[in-house]
Amino acid sequence: MMHSLQVPCTKENLKEIRYFVENALNRYEISAEDVYFIKLAIDEICANLIIHAHHCNHEDLIEVKIKNEGDTFIFEIHDQSNDNFNLLEYKVPDIQQIITNKKSGSMGLILVKKIMDEIELERCEGHNICRLYKSIPQANR
Amino acid sequence: MELLIQNEDNFHIISIIGDLDASSSVIFDNALEEAISAKAKNILIDCSELNYISSPGIGAFTSRLEECNQNHIQLVLYGMSPKIENVFKILGLDQLIVIKKTKEEAKIYANDAQFTSPLH
Repeated sequence: MMHSLQVPCTKENLKEIRYFVENALNRYEISAEDVYFIKLAIDEICANLIIHAHHCNHEDLIEVKIKNEGDTFIFEIHDQSNDNFNLLEYKVPDIQQIITNKKSGSMGLILVKKIMDEIELERCEGHNICRLYKSIPQANR
Repeated sequence: MELLIQNEDNFHIISIIGDLDASSSVIFDNALEEAISAKAKNILIDCSELNYISSPGIGAFTSRLEECNQNHIQLVLYGMSPKIENVFKILGLDQLIVIKKTKEEAKIYANDAQFTSPLH
């Protein structure tokens, strides 16, 4: 089964994205804590794109797709922008540096990397896909 | 998100109700800045009705932490759910930000720790 949601790139739509992720995951009897953290990781990626790549332009769209393959959940975030930021290459500073430099965005990336098992980025002619993988064995649900 | 702001003795209490995310963190940050500017001695953050927090919300705390320490203001969070506390723990912030279970514990800590920084 695939779940999909497309919304304009505004910060106000982050709540709708979280609601969509929660509803989709609740079909799989995943623990409330896992749902919370997955929702957080998707929110962090989407907020980063909406704010930094799209400058909250409501005419731009962002799409979240959720697929389940056995024990693995695949989350895809699709958008169209020319933002060159590569979160895979970004070296996250330590937490004390983040506090001193007041860069909360870096905390979001720490959370995504700690919550998700694997992150992939795909770029093709202005269409970007950020793919996040999370394994949740059925026995743990 | 809604904020409920009240003063009890020498405690400035900000209750966060709802989701503290990228769209609401600025409102909370403004409330925190106002409390610091007003030279509140003890700022307590009631998280008992905080439903969700993401990095911009956490950033509102961390960006004001040094300012609070420099001004000898005790910033204490209390009443957060285990899920939200785990977000702080994942980031290692439970070692840098004071988190207490109840308002009473938060008040006792703030009174005892007056003029000492949690970072020292």
